Amino acid sequence: MLGLRNIKTTMIAAALVAGTVATSPPATAQESIYVPLFTYRTGPFSGSGIYIAEGMRDYLEMLNQRDGGIGGVKLALEECETGYDTKKGLECYEAVKDKKPVVINPWSTGITLPLIPRAAVDKVPVLSMAYGLSAAAIGDTFPWIFNPPATYWDGASMILNYIGEKEGGIDKLKGKTIGYIYLDAGFGKEPIPLLEQLAKDYGYTLKLYPVAATEMQNQSSQWLNVRRDRPDYMIMYGWGALQPTAVKEAVKINYPMDKFVSIWWASEDDAAAGGPQSKGFKVLNWHAVGDNLPAIADIKKHVTDKNLTQTDKSHIGKVLYNRGIYNSMLIAEGIRNAQKLSGKKVITGEDMRRGLETLNIDAARYKEMGLEGFAGPVKLTCADHNGHFATYMQEWDGSKYVKVSGDLKASMDKVSPLMNAAAKEYTEKAGSWPKRTEACDKAS
Amino acid sequence: MLYREAGQFKTNYVDDQAVFPIRQDRIGIAVILAVAFVGIPLFGSDFFISAVMVPLLVFSLAAIGLNILTGYTGLLSLGTGGFMGVGAFACYKLTTIFPDVNIIIWILVSGFFSCGIGILFGLPSLRIKGFYLAVATLSAQFFLDWAFVRIPWLVNNNTSGAIEVPSRYLFGMPITGPMAQPEVRYLVVLSIVALLTLIASNLVHGRIGRSWMAVRDMDLAAELIGIRLYRTKLLAFAVSSYYCGVAGALMVFLWYGSAEPAVFGIDQSFFILFMVIIGGLGSLVGSFFGAALIYGMPIILKAIVGLVGLQISPATVEHLTFMAVGGLIILFLIIEPAGLARLWQVGKQKLRVWPFPY
Amino acid sequence: MDILYKIFIDPFMQMGGAPDLLVQTLWEGLVAGMLYALIALGFVLIFKASGVFNFAQGIMVVFAALTLVGVYDLLRGAGVPSGWLAAYLALAIALGVMGILAFAVERVVLRPLVNQPDIILFMATFGLTYFLIGFGEFVFGGNPKRMIAGELNLPSGAVEFKMAGGFVAMQKIDIAAVLIVSVMVAGLSFFFQRTRIGRALRAVADSHKAALSVGISLEQIWVVVWFAAGIVALTTGIMWGARSEVSFSLQIIALKALPVLILGGFTSIPGAIVGGLIIGIGEKLGEFYWGPLLGSGIESWLAYFIALLFLLFRPQGLFGEKIIERI
Repeated sequence: MLGLRNIKTTMIAAALVAGTVATSPPATAQESIYVPLFTYRTGPFSGSGIYIAEGMRDYLEMLNQRDGGIGGVKLALEECETGYDTKKGLECYEAVKDKKPVVINPWSTGITLPLIPRAAVDKVPVLSMAYGLSAAAIGDTFPWIFNPPATYWDGASMILNYIGEKEGGIDKLKGKTIGYIYLDAGFGKEPIPLLEQLAKDYGYTLKLYPVAATEMQNQSSQWLNVRRDRPDYMIMYGWGALQPTAVKEAVKINYPMDKFVSIWWASEDDAAAGGPQSKGFKVLNWHAVGDNLPAIADIKKHVTDKNLTQTDKSHIGKVLYNRGIYNSMLIAEGIRNAQKLSGKKVITGEDMRRGLETLNIDAARYKEMGLEGFAGPVKLTCADHNGHFATYMQEWDGSKYVKVSGDLKASMDKVSPLMNAAAKEYTEKAGSWPKRTEACDKAS
Repeated sequence: MLYREAGQFKTNYVDDQAVFPIRQDRIGIAVILAVAFVGIPLFGSDFFISAVMVPLLVFSLAAIGLNILTGYTGLLSLGTGGFMGVGAFACYKLTTIFPDVNIIIWILVSGFFSCGIGILFGLPSLRIKGFYLAVATLSAQFFLDWAFVRIPWLVNNNTSGAIEVPSRYLFGMPITGPMAQPEVRYLVVLSIVALLTLIASNLVHGRIGRSWMAVRDMDLAAELIGIRLYRTKLLAFAVSSYYCGVAGALMVFLWYGSAEPAVFGIDQSFFILFMVIIGGLGSLVGSFFGAALIYGMPIILKAIVGLVGLQISPATVEHLTFMAVGGLIILFLIIEPAGLARLWQVGKQKLRVWPFPY
Repeated sequence: MDILYKIFIDPFMQMGGAPDLLVQTLWEGLVAGMLYALIALGFVLIFKASGVFNFAQGIMVVFAALTLVGVYDLLRGAGVPSGWLAAYLALAIALGVMGILAFAVERVVLRPLVNQPDIILFMATFGLTYFLIGFGEFVFGGNPKRMIAGELNLPSGAVEFKMAGGFVAMQKIDIAAVLIVSVMVAGLSFFFQRTRIGRALRAVADSHKAALSVGISLEQIWVVVWFAAGIVALTTGIMWGARSEVSFSLQIIALKALPVLILGGFTSIPGAIVGGLIIGIGEKLGEFYWGPLLGSGIESWLAYFIALLFLLFRPQGLFGEKIIERI
């Protein structure tokens, strides 16, 4: 009976709490800008998620500590743990929506997709940095979605251009076999139409090696197929445990690692999984690695050394940590821009949308931020929310990534038609997709 | 005193088989419905309606579906997520092919597709029993998962590979898509769930429900008293999958708004199974309790942390939530293995004799 | 006709055409099968002794491996020089932790739930799974870790030999896995067939009441089997962690043991091994030779279909005990 009574009290307590959840008004201080960060430090993809979460948070926290926020207004940071799970991501979205967030970073394609139609209705811009729906780059159709600096289609085109460059001309791809190993989900499948189209244009043969999410750590069949088909190059679009396993398996079948190219999500850990033989493994990237930048020194000084974060200090400067910094830098610049445009200190989601749309970060601005040479310039326009900016190829030398190429550009003549068609298709299928009514600001 | 059945006599069998034979129950259900249909839309915040109530109802419906199969008929299934997916994809195909037919009709029709798939994967159930059957239903789960990803026709060749829910209207009001108000979506979900629950309640209280329970309690004996096993089991699979399918369609169209196939993964199946077992096998009201507990517990735990103002990181909260959910599942099972529905019964019994315990 | 050719003739032509790839596929299947069998073994041990379908076996694999790697890091932090000493110390501590876990599970979960229906115990192991996920991440963090295979003196590199114009590569770690699994299975079989506690265990499996009445302590037996399952989990974790990495996504692999179980029967140790080999080799051959017909990636459900086919003819698995029903 005792147990029963306990249960009842718990249930009453639970009901009370549920009641307060239902009615409590959102608690945000007036004098701060609310920036929710959707992160995943748990779950099967936490291996990649932890670095990103740390980098994102530390940079914004550093701005708070060093400069007292942006434009004199503190940033109210709140992490919401999604576990890379769409269900929890939507719960996070509903939870933060009422607190007037200025921007949402879903950090999962699965969470981004449901948010795309909602963003315009709820007036919250979504920043899906180089993931999510590639077609969302078209600002006239998707005024609330931002996905700089490049889309997955750009990535595929850049990798092919790089391969072409290495072979001595894109026409040399003719007759080659290119293998594509990918996570068998929306993310991994997205580049396939482009790769197929380019196979026709350039004359290579495309071989597909899908890896189901449940089979990420069990890829021996895929790599046996690779051994049989002997592709000249392998392209990987992976995430989480898929990547280290793929690198290990590639080493196992003696695949030439310098012909194994990954999209921008592979980390140091992933490359290191293959041991010394994984030397030569290549990954696209668009920003510097390492901690040799004044802003990162500030992060150490103001945040990590003061124990204001749970960041593991050895993570600072790693690819995905810096990717998190890049993401936060875009947010911070967007906010700064929005403050300038609107003349307000505490901006809203609408202002932020304008701020992101007129984003213009050039080399001088990078220097001001203490991020000189961190990444290429970013300039977004109303029509182009992505920029399709150049990336570069980095190679694993056994202990770190080193840059091995110049700027790689996507062949926009190939990518654009596909992207436009996809955007058109998306809006047609949506029933009634609202026309863009948001005015376009002149770049600041 | 409050809950006294004395004096309520039934004079014919029809009355005796009624869904709510007791007056107090009828009053109670009327109050609950009034709160659900009027109170919550009026007073609930957006977060409460769209992130708590809508998911809760959707999961309750799926849990009712699984409960019909596992709780009433005794066939353990781990393919719920897959069957929900069939409903969702069927609904998407139907509404894109025939956009002029009202979406609510398609949501209800999509269940029949899931029903068909359910019967197909239910076929081995005559020969295979217990945990062996559970693992056999896993083949449905994994096969369907693969099919959802691999057949681009199912998502109309969308480049995102996901269902992108179009805007659909009822009486000129948007009920799906981004423009739909949370209250409207909630009311639509609530109406469908209430209707289907009523039907389920009639089913399980009638002849069909009794034959299901006979099969559950001992299928050999049931066969001997003239119940046709194959039919009964397949009917359970069919009805169960129908409910799961409708729940899946509701989930994507009125809650998520867009869904990748990964949403219908094995995790979803386990999640629903938790609800059924914690709520109480073979109890409709238990399905609601189970859904509320399993879905609500993490939200409540997070809210408690927020209220107390503990300075711990969200990741730690997540870890603690996992530990707490795990611990509570075990605790509940130890305290009341028959589930929350049993606690409900005990509570009613107490009310019946209150205030004199003897 | 073309499709029939592709299904029935072409794959065998390929096998004959490139025997090195066939041998390699068979070898990969054998290794995967052995590892599936190892996970299945963990299930079988517990099911046999207590009738509990232990869903937590998958997370026990992750938890054991995490403990090993996490403790190794802690030891290094505490000043023990890295290398085999710290690794073996960590191994011992991880074993100890699995022992404590077995004891705790018996105390907290099994004892209060004794005599409950199977499905309730099954559900309780779900609770345990959730708890261990949270606890493991809480203590060791959620980031993936490298398995300390080298430090445990497990071999690395590969043995290659030429064959019919191609080559067959066998990873030394895989060879070690096959050997270790074989030794473990032999050891466990011996333990359950020949020792006093093993016989007691089989008595418990036959009938709890009868076993109790001849003075066998149920509690003790349960701790022993859960500990044995913990050792099996640790071995699985080391082997699979060395193939990939130690992370929470490893628990999904454990689901692969389920078709092995229904194929081999829930109660048979040899069944787990034979089932594992059939599933492992079957799915690799299927994926490699027939998978491309369906666009590849059929491995995720092929194992279940193989198992389902067997099940239609033998509903209690290949080696399971025949279910006798009485009214």
